Amino acid sequence: MSDHLLSLTGLTKAYPGVVANDDVSFVINTGEVHALLGENGAGKSTLVKMIYGLVKPDSGSMTLNGQPFRPEEPRQARANGVAMVFQHFSLFDAMSVAENIALGMETPPAPRDLAKQIRDVSQTYGLPLDPYKIVGGLSAGERQRVEIIRCLLQNPKLLIMDEPTSVLTPQEVDILFKTLRQLKAEGTSILYISHKLEEIRAICDTATILRLGKKVDTCRPVEKSARELAEMMVGASFASPQRHDRELGPVLLSVSKLSLPAANTFGTHLHDISFDIRAGEILGIGGVAGNGQDELLTALSGETRVPVGMIKIKGQDIGQWGPNARRDLGVLCAPEERLGHAAAPNLSLTENAMMTGTGRRGLVSRGILNWSKARDFAQEVIATFDVRTPGPQNAARSLSGGNLQKFVIGREVLQNPDVLVVNQPTWGVDAAAAAAIRQALLDLANKGAAVVVISQDLDELIEISDRFGALNAGRLDKIEPMAGLSIDEIGLMMGGAGTDV
Amino acid sequence: MIRLEKRKQASQFWGYVTPILAVVLTMIFGGVLFAILGKDPVLAIKTIFWDPVFGEFAFYYRPEVLKKAAPLVLIAIGLSYGFKAGIWNIGAEGQYIIGAICAAGVALSFYPMEGRWFIFPLMLIAGIAGGMIWAMVPALLRVYFKTNEILVSLMLVYVADVLIKAFSIGLMRNPDGHGFPGSRNLNDYPAAANLELIAGTGLHWGVIAAIGVVVASYSILARHQFGFHVRLTGESPRAAGFAGVNANRLIMVCFLISGGLAGVAGMFEVSGPAAQILGSFPSAYGFTAIIVAFLGRLNPLGILLAGLLLALTYVGGGAAETAMNIPSATIQIFQGMLLFVLLSVDVLTNYRLRWSATVGGV
Repeated sequence: MSDHLLSLTGLTKAYPGVVANDDVSFVINTGEVHALLGENGAGKSTLVKMIYGLVKPDSGSMTLNGQPFRPEEPRQARANGVAMVFQHFSLFDAMSVAENIALGMETPPAPRDLAKQIRDVSQTYGLPLDPYKIVGGLSAGERQRVEIIRCLLQNPKLLIMDEPTSVLTPQEVDILFKTLRQLKAEGTSILYISHKLEEIRAICDTATILRLGKKVDTCRPVEKSARELAEMMVGASFASPQRHDRELGPVLLSVSKLSLPAANTFGTHLHDISFDIRAGEILGIGGVAGNGQDELLTALSGETRVPVGMIKIKGQDIGQWGPNARRDLGVLCAPEERLGHAAAPNLSLTENAMMTGTGRRGLVSRGILNWSKARDFAQEVIATFDVRTPGPQNAARSLSGGNLQKFVIGREVLQNPDVLVVNQPTWGVDAAAAAAIRQALLDLANKGAAVVVISQDLDELIEISDRFGALNAGRLDKIEPMAGLSIDEIGLMMGGAGTDV
Repeated sequence: MIRLEKRKQASQFWGYVTPILAVVLTMIFGGVLFAILGKDPVLAIKTIFWDPVFGEFAFYYRPEVLKKAAPLVLIAIGLSYGFKAGIWNIGAEGQYIIGAICAAGVALSFYPMEGRWFIFPLMLIAGIAGGMIWAMVPALLRVYFKTNEILVSLMLVYVADVLIKAFSIGLMRNPDGHGFPGSRNLNDYPAAANLELIAGTGLHWGVIAAIGVVVASYSILARHQFGFHVRLTGESPRAAGFAGVNANRLIMVCFLISGGLAGVAGMFEVSGPAAQILGSFPSAYGFTAIIVAFLGRLNPLGILLAGLLLALTYVGGGAAETAMNIPSATIQIFQGMLLFVLLSVDVLTNYRLRWSATVGGV
């Protein structure tokens, strides 16, 4: 039995047309932080779902603490000490922290006892959280704490975390890592899924790398460079995005004193946002999710109209213009939420290409749609951005997140925008695809477009932006040249995590 | 144990098969219902679904089916736009009645003047306008005050119902009618009558309009930007907003289309088969059209077929009522059951059934 907590032997799971996991075997030891690395579609989610009882393997076996382990459903996995923090939170905004946690328990204790338990756990692990706060008012980092505490209350032996840092500020990441190290010291194992290779090198003891459903290697991440890890994932070397020194042109987009009330109870007000961006420039806007990113994008895209005088493109006041009029002028956007905002889930890629390409691609004349042209456009996006799909007739929903993201970004980039606004362009996208998207954004700036990149991925912003600002509670206080900013300064600009500790 | 598993893409196959399956299941359940009532189920089903089309007296029933299908198809096509976009006009019945009142109003005010070339088109315009105005009430309230269009449109049906009764004994009462309620018979007024174009076929202008609307609607949905925007809005309102669809304008246009087509149906009905404004104006087409729209998968061709089928249940049901002494409410139960069964089997388009032999652990 030794110190093996969970061992997987020959796990295989096939879906129609694709083998998600092919004979995967590895071992997670007690008290280790084990990374699961792989591109989108490499089979990480399927593997984790098998461990958590959401999917049953076609063949292969697992043992937990030396006992055969075959969870039929998550409840059974939890009963055996396996807990999971999902990438997407499943919390009810209108309920309190304690109520949310009680909802996830089989036999919740009395509210007062539960509140006490929550306080105890949050103190023990340095995760400050008030059980009576309403979730709707919490930051993304705090919401994640709710999910983590929900898991910790079950005293798990194995904690699975799917992309836990994608929504955190650097300071919040530090807090999370402290918690994880403490858990590890107490003998809890952690299965850690992330695309952020530097993080994996910082926190993980072992890494298992999946490629196309097969295990490629198990290694000690500290002994490898981030680049080596990325190349193991992709199975080939790839180019890092190249920056060129660019000549800046005239101001293309000018935002002055943009203020907007929140659209709903859980939305964010925008206060006095001002910036100019020139042709050939990339402006990076950081900040934790929920600080006005969505609102800023919809104000720029034209989905939300703004009063006269706040947004000018090439000197034209466009605050009152709708999305298509702005597109005709050269302002294109790619929203964060792929399914349901940037793309319609059940419609085909051809139809999704039709969504934004009508004007600039001439897909419509006198109201009559030209479907064959739209299909060609979709095909062009698929080919240029290496979108993995059987063809443009497939529904957007059937694509993996990363592939759909490539499609959504590609659809806008190939329309040659003068101003491109993207929100979270590489969220949930694997390293190679992310590099390709970033390269496309840089190329666009090289050709003289103004690019606004709203992102929570600081590495990304550091890599591609010329200037940096951070959204904090709907404000964008100062914008600094990216070169010369330290991570600490950036963290402070983002409002930091320490404020409520 | 049977489990439901969400499909990655909605199944096209089941999209076509579920309406047929629903009809077959409804016939079976209906048969059981008749058996409980002490009637021969096979004979009853045959009387309703077979005899009107292929039976001995089909020459009498077939035209009736066409006449009843026309308003159903017209209204259902109008409703299908809103339903596709997630805009719920439940009050087509009211718009249909108001269309009929307005069209009859035009005809009666010109009576007995000749000049079909302008009176009949004017009635058509009045019918459309009446339906549209009635539909604009819930649409404007929804857009400007965020009221629930389902409730408002539905409640306006009852207002329309009261209005037609009031008109039939008030303003529009036939002065030569010996005090009986009801307007003049428009079939006797050549300038306003919507009679069969070829005697004995049931083919009147409403049938032609219905076919024209089916064809037009098919091309709008497939090729026109408006049809695409409707679909996009139904699939994902935020994505539609991103694509530049003005949600408020779309709500109003969808209500205008459904109201206008319901009004047209009312105009053809009052000038044709119903012939007059009366408290007992042939009703419930506006509600039955909802079933037609869904049974037809909100697809114009499907709606055409579904309209014919539902018309058949009216005609065949009437026949069964007299021939077999089946209660008249049975047909309404039948139609309701059809929608209910359809919505139930519809699960199959988006989910697949899994027979999982779950042993323990549950």
